[in-house]
Amino acid sequence: MERFLDSFLNPKLIAATWPAILQGLIVTIEIAALVVVSGLALGLALALLRWRAGAWFTWPLMVFVDLFRAVPPLVLVLLIFFGLPNVGIDLPSFAVLWLVLSLVLAAFAEEIVWAGLIAVRKGQWEAARSTGLSETQTLIYVVLPQALRLMVPPLTNRTIAITKNTALGTVIGVPEIMNQATTAVSFSGNATPLMMGAAAYLLLFVPIIGLGRWIEGRFAWRRQ
Amino acid sequence: MRQRDPLLDIRGLFKSFGSVEVLKGIELSVSAGELVFLIGPSGSGKSTLLRCCNRLEEPTGGSIHFDGKEVLDPAIDINGLRRRMGMVFQSFNLYPHMTALGNVTLALRKVLRKPKAEAGAIGLQALDRVGLAHKAASYPAELSGGQQQRVAIARALALEPRLMLFDEPTSALDPELVGSVLATMRELRESGMTMLVVSHEMRFAREAADRVVFMDGGVIVEQGPPEQIFGAALHARTRAFVSDVAR
Repeated sequence: MERFLDSFLNPKLIAATWPAILQGLIVTIEIAALVVVSGLALGLALALLRWRAGAWFTWPLMVFVDLFRAVPPLVLVLLIFFGLPNVGIDLPSFAVLWLVLSLVLAAFAEEIVWAGLIAVRKGQWEAARSTGLSETQTLIYVVLPQALRLMVPPLTNRTIAITKNTALGTVIGVPEIMNQATTAVSFSGNATPLMMGAAAYLLLFVPIIGLGRWIEGRFAWRRQ
Repeated sequence: MRQRDPLLDIRGLFKSFGSVEVLKGIELSVSAGELVFLIGPSGSGKSTLLRCCNRLEEPTGGSIHFDGKEVLDPAIDINGLRRRMGMVFQSFNLYPHMTALGNVTLALRKVLRKPKAEAGAIGLQALDRVGLAHKAASYPAELSGGQQQRVAIARALALEPRLMLFDEPTSALDPELVGSVLATMRELRESGMTMLVVSHEMRFAREAADRVVFMDGGVIVEQGPPEQIFGAALHARTRAFVSDVAR
Protein backbone atom coordinates (compact mmCIF):
# COMPACT_ATOMS: atom_id res chain seq x y z
CA MET A 1 0.00 0.00 0.00
CA GLU A 2 2.80 2.35 0.98
CA ARG A 3 4.58 1.61 -2.28
CA PHE A 4 1.45 2.17 -4.30
CA LEU A 5 0.81 5.53 -2.69
CA ASP A 6 4.43 6.48 -3.14
CA SER A 7 4.50 5.80 -6.87
CA PHE A 8 0.96 6.89 -7.79
CA LEU A 9 -0.07 9.54 -5.28
CA ASN A 10 3.18 10.95 -4.00
CA PRO A 11 2.35 14.11 -1.99
CA LYS A 12 5.68 15.80 -2.63
CA LEU A 13 5.36 15.30 -6.37
CA ILE A 14 1.78 16.50 -6.31
CA ALA A 15 2.91 19.70 -4.66
CA ALA A 16 5.74 20.14 -7.18
CA THR A 17 3.79 19.25 -10.33
CA TRP A 18 0.36 20.78 -9.92
CA PRO A 19 1.24 24.18 -11.40
CA ALA A 20 2.46 22.46 -14.59
CA ILE A 21 -0.62 20.24 -14.79
CA LEU A 22 -2.82 23.27 -14.23
CA GLN A 23 -1.09 25.06 -17.09
CA GLY A 24 -1.62 21.97 -19.21
CA LEU A 25 -5.29 21.93 -18.22
CA ILE A 26 -5.66 25.52 -19.40
CA VAL A 27 -4.02 24.74 -22.75
CA THR A 28 -6.21 21.65 -23.16
CA ILE A 29 -9.33 23.68 -22.41
CA GLU A 30 -8.28 26.31 -24.93
CA ILE A 31 -7.69 23.81 -27.72
CA ALA A 32 -10.77 21.78 -26.83
CA ALA A 33 -13.01 24.85 -26.87
CA LEU A 34 -11.60 26.02 -30.20
CA VAL A 35 -11.87 22.54 -31.74
CA VAL A 36 -15.43 21.99 -30.56
CA VAL A 37 -16.63 25.36 -31.84
CA SER A 38 -14.89 25.26 -35.21
CA GLY A 39 -15.38 21.52 -35.74
CA LEU A 40 -19.12 21.54 -35.01
CA ALA A 41 -19.65 24.75 -36.99
CA LEU A 42 -17.79 23.34 -39.98
CA GLY A 43 -19.62 20.01 -39.72
CA LEU A 44 -23.00 21.78 -39.65
CA ALA A 45 -21.99 24.02 -42.54
CA LEU A 46 -20.86 21.04 -44.63
CA ALA A 47 -24.08 19.14 -43.98
CA LEU A 48 -26.17 22.17 -44.97
CA LEU A 49 -24.08 22.70 -48.09
CA ARG A 50 -24.54 19.06 -48.99
CA TRP A 51 -28.29 19.44 -48.55
CA ARG A 52 -28.36 22.61 -50.63
CA ALA A 53 -25.81 21.83 -53.33
CA GLY A 54 -26.64 18.30 -54.36
CA ALA A 55 -24.60 15.59 -56.03
CA TRP A 56 -21.58 17.53 -57.32
CA PHE A 57 -20.73 18.55 -53.76
CA THR A 58 -21.49 15.20 -52.14
CA TRP A 59 -18.76 13.33 -53.97
CA PRO A 60 -15.72 15.40 -52.89
CA LEU A 61 -17.30 15.77 -49.46
CA MET A 62 -17.45 12.01 -49.05
CA VAL A 63 -13.75 11.73 -49.91
CA PHE A 64 -12.92 14.25 -47.17
CA VAL A 65 -15.31 12.74 -44.64
CA ASP A 66 -14.18 9.15 -45.16
CA LEU A 67 -10.51 10.09 -45.15
CA PHE A 68 -10.72 12.01 -41.90
CA ARG A 69 -12.84 9.38 -40.23
CA ALA A 70 -10.66 6.49 -41.35
CA VAL A 71 -7.10 7.74 -40.78
CA PRO A 72 -6.04 7.82 -37.09
CA PRO A 73 -5.79 11.43 -35.87
CA LEU A 74 -2.24 10.74 -34.69
CA VAL A 75 -1.16 10.03 -38.26
CA LEU A 76 -2.86 13.21 -39.48
CA VAL A 77 -1.22 15.29 -36.75
CA LEU A 78 2.25 13.97 -37.60
CA LEU A 79 1.71 14.21 -41.36
CA ILE A 80 0.60 17.80 -41.23
CA PHE A 81 3.08 18.97 -38.60
CA PHE A 82 6.11 17.43 -40.31
CA GLY A 83 4.79 17.55 -43.86
CA LEU A 84 3.55 21.12 -44.30
CA PRO A 85 6.97 22.78 -43.71
CA ASN A 86 8.18 20.89 -46.81
CA VAL A 87 5.75 22.86 -48.96
CA GLY A 88 6.71 26.11 -47.28
CA ILE A 89 3.88 26.33 -44.76
CA ASP A 90 5.08 26.62 -41.18
CA LEU A 91 2.31 26.31 -38.64
CA PRO A 92 2.85 26.36 -34.88
CA SER A 93 2.08 23.04 -33.18
CA PHE A 94 -0.96 24.53 -31.43
CA ALA A 95 -2.45 25.54 -34.81
CA VAL A 96 -1.75 22.12 -36.35
CA LEU A 97 -3.49 20.34 -33.49
CA TRP A 98 -6.46 22.71 -33.73
CA LEU A 99 -6.69 22.30 -37.50
CA VAL A 100 -6.46 18.50 -37.52
CA LEU A 101 -8.86 17.89 -34.66
CA SER A 102 -11.35 20.42 -36.09
CA LEU A 103 -11.32 18.65 -39.45
CA VAL A 104 -11.76 15.23 -37.82
CA LEU A 105 -14.65 16.48 -35.67
CA ALA A 106 -16.18 18.22 -38.70
CA ALA A 107 -16.06 14.98 -40.69
CA PHE A 108 -17.95 13.09 -38.00
CA ALA A 109 -20.30 15.99 -37.24
CA GLU A 110 -21.25 16.37 -40.91
CA GLU A 111 -22.39 12.74 -41.04
CA ILE A 112 -24.31 13.07 -37.77
CA VAL A 113 -26.06 16.29 -38.83
CA TRP A 114 -26.87 14.80 -42.23
CA ALA A 115 -28.34 11.67 -40.66
CA GLY A 116 -30.41 13.90 -38.36
CA LEU A 117 -31.70 16.00 -41.25
CA ILE A 118 -32.82 13.07 -43.38
CA ALA A 119 -34.41 11.35 -40.37
CA VAL A 120 -37.01 14.13 -40.12
CA ARG A 121 -40.07 12.93 -41.98
CA LYS A 122 -40.91 14.43 -45.36
CA GLY A 123 -44.36 15.39 -44.11
CA GLN A 124 -42.79 17.96 -41.81
CA TRP A 125 -41.26 19.71 -44.81
CA GLU A 126 -44.52 19.55 -46.72
CA ALA A 127 -46.61 20.85 -43.84
CA ALA A 128 -44.28 23.79 -43.26
CA ARG A 129 -43.95 24.65 -46.95
CA SER A 130 -47.75 24.43 -47.37
CA THR A 131 -48.15 27.26 -44.84
CA GLY A 132 -45.84 29.47 -46.93
CA LEU A 133 -42.60 29.01 -45.00
CA SER A 134 -39.56 29.20 -47.26
CA GLU A 135 -37.12 26.34 -47.54
CA THR A 136 -34.64 28.05 -45.20
CA GLN A 137 -37.33 28.96 -42.66
CA THR A 138 -38.56 25.36 -42.72
CA LEU A 139 -35.04 24.16 -42.09
CA ILE A 140 -34.44 26.58 -39.20
CA TYR A 141 -37.77 26.41 -37.37
CA VAL A 142 -39.12 22.96 -38.17
CA VAL A 143 -36.46 20.51 -39.34
CA LEU A 144 -33.28 21.46 -37.48
CA PRO A 145 -34.88 21.55 -34.01
CA GLN A 146 -36.18 18.02 -34.58
CA ALA A 147 -32.91 16.84 -36.11
CA LEU A 148 -30.98 18.36 -33.22
CA ARG A 149 -32.71 16.08 -30.74
CA LEU A 150 -31.43 13.07 -32.70
CA MET A 151 -28.02 14.64 -33.12
CA VAL A 152 -27.23 15.55 -29.53
CA PRO A 153 -26.21 12.12 -28.14
CA PRO A 154 -23.81 11.18 -30.97
CA LEU A 155 -22.46 14.73 -31.13
CA THR A 156 -21.77 14.68 -27.38
CA ASN A 157 -19.87 11.42 -27.78
CA ARG A 158 -17.85 12.79 -30.66
CA THR A 159 -17.11 16.00 -28.80
CA ILE A 160 -15.77 14.06 -25.83
CA ALA A 161 -13.73 11.74 -28.04
CA ILE A 162 -12.16 14.60 -29.98
CA THR A 163 -11.37 16.57 -26.82
CA LYS A 164 -9.51 13.56 -25.45
CA ASN A 165 -7.52 13.53 -28.66
CA THR A 166 -5.97 16.85 -27.58
CA ALA A 167 -3.53 14.51 -25.80
CA LEU A 168 -2.01 13.93 -29.24
CA GLY A 169 -0.54 17.42 -28.91
CA THR A 170 2.12 15.71 -26.85
CA VAL A 171 3.86 14.28 -29.93
CA ILE A 172 4.30 17.69 -31.53
CA GLY A 173 5.09 19.59 -28.34
CA VAL A 174 1.82 21.31 -27.46
CA PRO A 175 2.05 21.90 -23.68
CA GLU A 176 -1.34 20.36 -22.82
CA ILE A 177 -2.16 18.08 -19.86
CA MET A 178 -0.66 14.91 -21.29
CA ASN A 179 2.54 16.65 -22.32
CA GLN A 180 3.01 18.22 -18.88
CA ALA A 181 2.26 14.90 -17.17
CA THR A 182 4.60 12.75 -19.27
CA THR A 183 7.38 15.32 -18.97
CA ALA A 184 7.03 15.24 -15.19
CA VAL A 185 6.96 11.44 -15.27
CA SER A 186 10.24 11.24 -17.15
CA PHE A 187 11.90 13.66 -14.74
CA SER A 188 10.66 11.93 -11.59
CA GLY A 189 10.42 8.30 -12.67
CA ASN A 190 7.14 8.24 -10.78
CA ALA A 191 3.56 7.75 -12.04
CA THR A 192 2.01 10.40 -9.82
CA PRO A 193 1.91 13.13 -12.52
CA LEU A 194 -0.03 10.74 -14.76
CA MET A 195 -2.60 10.26 -12.00
CA MET A 196 -2.81 14.03 -11.73
CA GLY A 197 -3.26 14.22 -15.49
CA ALA A 198 -6.09 11.70 -15.24
CA ALA A 199 -7.67 13.76 -12.47
CA ALA A 200 -7.39 16.88 -14.64
CA TYR A 201 -9.17 15.11 -17.52
CA LEU A 202 -11.92 13.98 -15.14
CA LEU A 203 -12.27 17.54 -13.90
CA LEU A 204 -12.68 18.64 -17.49
CA PHE A 205 -14.99 15.90 -18.77
CA VAL A 206 -17.43 15.18 -15.99
CA PRO A 207 -19.05 18.63 -16.44
CA ILE A 208 -19.10 18.18 -20.23
CA ILE A 209 -20.79 14.79 -19.94
CA GLY A 210 -23.26 16.30 -17.48
CA LEU A 211 -23.95 19.14 -19.89
CA GLY A 212 -24.54 16.61 -22.69
CA ARG A 213 -27.08 14.75 -20.57
CA TRP A 214 -28.82 18.00 -19.68
CA ILE A 215 -29.08 18.99 -23.34
CA GLU A 216 -30.36 15.51 -24.26
CA GLY A 217 -33.00 15.86 -21.57
CA ARG A 218 -34.05 19.26 -22.82
CA PHE A 219 -34.48 18.05 -26.37
CA ALA A 220 -36.35 14.87 -25.50
CA TRP A 221 -40.05 15.35 -26.14
CA ARG A 222 -42.26 12.36 -26.41
CA ARG A 223 -42.40 10.81 -29.85
CA GLN A 224 -45.55 11.08 -31.89
CA MET B 1 -76.82 32.69 -53.96
CA ARG B 2 -73.25 31.54 -54.15
CA GLN B 3 -70.66 33.13 -56.44
CA ARG B 4 -69.94 31.03 -59.49
CA ASP B 5 -66.64 32.41 -60.79
CA PRO B 6 -64.05 29.65 -60.53
CA LEU B 7 -61.59 30.24 -57.70
CA LEU B 8 -59.49 27.32 -58.88
CA ASP B 9 -59.32 26.42 -62.55
CA ILE B 10 -57.27 23.43 -63.64
CA ARG B 11 -56.76 23.00 -67.40
CA GLY B 12 -55.06 20.11 -69.21
CA LEU B 13 -52.99 19.08 -66.22
CA PHE B 14 -50.40 16.35 -66.71
CA LYS B 15 -48.06 14.80 -64.17
CA SER B 16 -45.57 11.98 -64.65
CA PHE B 17 -43.29 10.27 -62.18
CA GLY B 18 -40.50 9.09 -64.45
CA SER B 19 -42.19 7.13 -67.20
CA VAL B 20 -45.40 6.63 -65.23
CA GLU B 21 -48.11 9.09 -66.21
CA VAL B 22 -50.25 9.74 -63.13
CA LEU B 23 -52.41 12.63 -64.35
CA LYS B 24 -53.55 12.62 -67.97
CA GLY B 25 -55.13 15.93 -68.86
CA ILE B 26 -57.23 16.92 -65.87
CA GLU B 27 -59.89 19.62 -66.34
CA LEU B 28 -61.47 20.76 -63.10
CA SER B 29 -62.73 24.03 -61.73
CA VAL B 30 -63.87 24.87 -58.22
CA SER B 31 -66.05 27.91 -57.52
CA ALA B 32 -65.77 30.07 -54.44
CA GLY B 33 -67.72 28.55 -51.57
CA GLU B 34 -67.95 25.13 -53.17
CA LEU B 35 -67.11 21.83 -51.49
CA VAL B 36 -65.77 19.44 -54.10
CA PHE B 37 -65.07 15.83 -53.25
CA LEU B 38 -62.48 13.79 -55.14
CA ILE B 39 -63.09 10.06 -55.01
CA GLY B 40 -61.62 7.10 -56.82
CA PRO B 41 -59.61 3.92 -56.35
CA SER B 42 -56.11 4.19 -54.88
CA GLY B 43 -53.57 5.08 -57.53
CA SER B 44 -56.15 7.05 -59.52
CA GLY B 45 -54.18 10.28 -59.03
CA LYS B 46 -56.49 12.13 -56.61
CA SER B 47 -53.79 12.94 -54.05
CA THR B 48 -51.32 13.87 -56.77
CA LEU B 49 -53.89 16.25 -58.27
CA LEU B 50 -54.37 17.88 -54.87
CA ARG B 51 -50.64 18.18 -54.30
CA CYS B 52 -50.15 19.75 -57.73
CA CYS B 53 -52.49 22.60 -56.73
CA ASN B 54 -49.94 24.07 -54.30
CA ARG B 55 -46.99 22.58 -56.16
CA LEU B 56 -45.89 20.12 -53.52
CA GLU B 57 -45.70 18.09 -56.70
CA GLU B 58 -44.49 19.89 -59.81
CA PRO B 59 -46.92 19.21 -62.69
CA THR B 60 -45.41 18.17 -66.01
CA GLY B 61 -47.80 20.25 -68.08
CA GLY B 62 -51.04 22.22 -68.14
CA SER B 63 -52.23 25.24 -66.21
CA ILE B 64 -53.70 25.95 -62.79
CA HIS B 65 -55.41 29.29 -62.24
CA PHE B 66 -56.03 30.25 -58.62
CA ASP B 67 -57.45 33.50 -57.34
CA GLY B 68 -56.60 35.24 -60.62
CA LYS B 69 -53.02 34.02 -60.85
CA GLU B 70 -51.26 31.25 -62.76
CA VAL B 71 -49.89 28.84 -60.14
CA LEU B 72 -47.45 27.24 -62.59
CA ASP B 73 -45.87 30.57 -63.57
CA PRO B 74 -42.20 30.12 -62.63
CA ALA B 75 -42.09 33.75 -61.42
CA ILE B 76 -45.01 33.40 -59.01
CA ASP B 77 -44.48 34.01 -55.28
CA ILE B 78 -45.03 30.36 -54.40
CA ASN B 79 -44.87 30.92 -50.62
CA GLY B 80 -47.48 33.67 -50.81
CA LEU B 81 -49.67 31.40 -52.88
CA ARG B 82 -49.37 28.45 -50.52
CA ARG B 83 -50.39 30.65 -47.61
CA ARG B 84 -53.71 31.34 -49.36
CA MET B 85 -54.21 27.64 -50.07
CA GLY B 86 -54.36 25.74 -46.78
CA MET B 87 -53.51 22.05 -46.79
CA VAL B 88 -54.44 19.28 -44.38
CA PHE B 89 -52.56 15.98 -44.54
CA GLN B 90 -53.49 12.38 -43.86
CA SER B 91 -50.75 12.08 -41.22
CA PHE B 92 -51.45 15.50 -39.60
CA ASN B 93 -47.76 16.50 -39.77
CA LEU B 94 -47.88 18.69 -36.69
CA TYR B 95 -44.50 19.95 -35.51
CA PRO B 96 -43.81 17.68 -32.50
CA HIS B 97 -41.47 20.16 -30.81
CA MET B 98 -44.08 22.92 -30.62
CA THR B 99 -47.31 23.31 -28.69
CA ALA B 100 -50.63 23.40 -30.51
CA LEU B 101 -50.51 27.20 -30.41
CA GLY B 102 -46.88 27.15 -31.56
CA ASN B 103 -47.92 25.02 -34.54
CA VAL B 104 -50.71 27.42 -35.45
CA THR B 105 -48.69 30.61 -35.03
CA LEU B 106 -45.38 29.65 -36.68
CA ALA B 107 -46.32 30.84 -40.16
CA LEU B 108 -48.14 33.90 -38.74
CA ARG B 109 -44.94 34.96 -37.06
CA LYS B 110 -42.33 33.94 -39.60
CA VAL B 111 -44.18 34.42 -42.90
CA LEU B 112 -46.61 37.23 -42.07
CA ARG B 113 -44.19 38.69 -39.49
CA LYS B 114 -46.92 39.35 -36.95
CA PRO B 115 -45.79 40.28 -33.45
CA LYS B 116 -46.00 37.45 -30.93
CA ALA B 117 -49.06 38.77 -29.09
CA GLU B 118 -51.06 39.35 -32.25
CA ALA B 119 -50.08 35.96 -33.69
CA GLY B 120 -51.08 34.37 -30.39
CA ALA B 121 -54.51 36.02 -30.47
CA ILE B 122 -55.13 34.93 -34.08
CA GLY B 123 -53.85 31.44 -33.25
CA LEU B 124 -56.15 31.09 -30.27
CA GLN B 125 -59.09 32.19 -32.41
CA ALA B 126 -58.21 29.53 -35.00
CA LEU B 127 -57.90 26.88 -32.29
CA ASP B 128 -61.25 28.02 -30.90
CA ARG B 129 -62.81 27.53 -34.32
CA VAL B 130 -61.87 23.84 -34.21
CA GLY B 131 -62.93 23.61 -30.55
CA LEU B 132 -59.44 23.24 -29.13
CA ALA B 133 -58.59 26.60 -27.55
CA HIS B 134 -58.22 24.78 -24.23
CA LYS B 135 -55.46 22.61 -25.72
CA ALA B 136 -53.32 25.54 -26.86
CA ALA B 137 -50.45 24.64 -24.53
CA SER B 138 -50.50 20.90 -25.28
CA TYR B 139 -47.88 19.21 -27.40
CA PRO B 140 -49.01 17.05 -30.33
CA ALA B 141 -48.01 13.84 -28.52
CA GLU B 142 -50.47 14.76 -25.76
CA LEU B 143 -53.40 15.03 -28.18
CA SER B 144 -55.57 12.34 -29.74
CA GLY B 145 -55.39 11.80 -33.49
CA GLY B 146 -58.63 13.69 -34.02
CA GLN B 147 -57.42 16.60 -31.93
CA GLN B 148 -54.12 16.64 -33.82
CA GLN B 149 -55.92 16.80 -37.13
CA ARG B 150 -58.11 19.66 -35.89
CA VAL B 151 -54.98 21.55 -34.77
CA ALA B 152 -53.61 20.95 -38.27
CA ILE B 153 -56.83 22.43 -39.69
CA ALA B 154 -56.46 25.42 -37.36
CA ARG B 155 -52.86 25.83 -38.51
CA ALA B 156 -54.10 26.26 -42.08
CA LEU B 157 -57.12 28.40 -41.08
CA ALA B 158 -55.03 30.88 -39.13
CA LEU B 159 -53.59 32.14 -42.42
CA GLU B 160 -57.10 32.91 -43.75
CA PRO B 161 -56.79 30.79 -46.89
CA ARG B 162 -59.16 31.23 -49.83
CA LEU B 163 -59.14 27.48 -50.47
CA MET B 164 -58.55 24.45 -48.27
CA LEU B 165 -57.09 21.22 -49.64
CA PHE B 166 -57.79 18.08 -47.63
CA ASP B 167 -55.72 15.00 -48.43
CA GLU B 168 -57.50 12.03 -46.84
CA PRO B 169 -57.91 13.91 -43.55
CA THR B 170 -59.59 11.04 -41.69
CA SER B 171 -57.79 8.01 -43.12
CA ALA B 172 -55.24 7.77 -40.31
CA LEU B 173 -57.85 8.14 -37.56
CA ASP B 174 -59.50 5.57 -35.34
CA PRO B 175 -63.19 5.28 -36.33
CA GLU B 176 -64.45 6.94 -33.15
CA LEU B 177 -62.31 10.03 -33.82
CA VAL B 178 -63.42 10.59 -37.42
CA GLY B 179 -66.65 12.35 -36.39
CA SER B 180 -64.97 15.29 -34.68
CA VAL B 181 -62.85 16.06 -37.76
CA LEU B 182 -65.84 15.77 -40.11
CA ALA B 183 -67.84 18.06 -37.82
CA THR B 184 -65.07 20.65 -38.04
CA MET B 185 -65.06 20.33 -41.83
CA ARG B 186 -68.82 20.73 -41.93
CA GLU B 187 -68.60 23.92 -39.89
CA LEU B 188 -65.95 25.22 -42.26
CA ARG B 189 -68.21 24.53 -45.18
CA GLU B 190 -71.10 26.32 -43.50
CA SER B 191 -68.89 29.35 -42.94
CA GLY B 192 -68.41 29.48 -46.73
CA MET B 193 -64.90 28.03 -47.07
CA THR B 194 -64.01 26.66 -50.50
CA MET B 195 -62.79 23.10 -50.08
CA LEU B 196 -61.27 20.43 -52.29
CA VAL B 197 -61.35 17.13 -50.45
CA VAL B 198 -59.78 13.77 -51.22
CA SER B 199 -61.47 11.26 -48.93
CA HIS B 200 -63.13 7.90 -48.60
CA GLU B 201 -65.86 9.24 -46.32
CA MET B 202 -68.66 8.57 -48.78
CA ARG B 203 -71.43 9.34 -46.33
CA PHE B 204 -69.90 12.74 -45.64
CA ALA B 205 -69.56 13.30 -49.38
CA ARG B 206 -73.20 12.45 -49.92
CA GLU B 207 -74.35 14.81 -47.16
CA ALA B 208 -72.00 17.77 -47.51
CA ALA B 209 -70.47 17.91 -51.00
CA ASP B 210 -71.74 20.24 -53.70
CA ARG B 211 -70.04 18.15 -56.33
CA VAL B 212 -68.35 14.78 -56.44
CA VAL B 213 -65.55 14.07 -58.91
CA PHE B 214 -64.75 10.45 -59.72
CA MET B 215 -61.20 9.78 -60.93
CA ASP B 216 -59.73 6.59 -62.27
CA GLY B 217 -56.42 5.93 -64.03
CA GLY B 218 -55.35 9.57 -64.03
CA VAL B 219 -58.45 10.99 -65.69
CA ILE B 220 -61.73 12.43 -64.45
CA VAL B 221 -64.31 9.85 -65.44
CA GLU B 222 -67.38 11.68 -64.25
CA GLN B 223 -68.45 14.54 -62.02
CA GLY B 224 -71.75 15.82 -60.74
CA PRO B 225 -73.88 16.37 -57.67
CA PRO B 226 -73.64 13.58 -55.06
CA GLU B 227 -77.14 12.31 -55.97
CA GLN B 228 -75.92 11.64 -59.50
CA ILE B 229 -72.59 10.00 -58.59
CA PHE B 230 -73.98 7.86 -55.80
CA GLY B 231 -77.45 7.27 -57.23
CA ALA B 232 -77.45 7.45 -61.00
CA ALA B 233 -73.90 7.49 -62.30
CA LEU B 234 -73.53 7.70 -66.07
CA HIS B 235 -70.43 5.51 -66.32
CA ALA B 236 -70.09 1.86 -65.46
CA ARG B 237 -66.70 2.45 -63.76
CA THR B 238 -68.26 4.99 -61.42
CA ARG B 239 -71.13 2.66 -60.57
CA ALA B 240 -68.72 -0.20 -59.93
CA PHE B 241 -66.54 1.91 -57.62
CA VAL B 242 -69.49 3.37 -55.71
CA SER B 243 -71.05 -0.03 -55.15
CA ASP B 244 -67.66 -1.45 -54.10
CA VAL B 245 -67.12 1.16 -51.38
CA ALA B 246 -70.74 0.93 -50.25
CA ARG B 247 -70.26 -2.72 -49.40
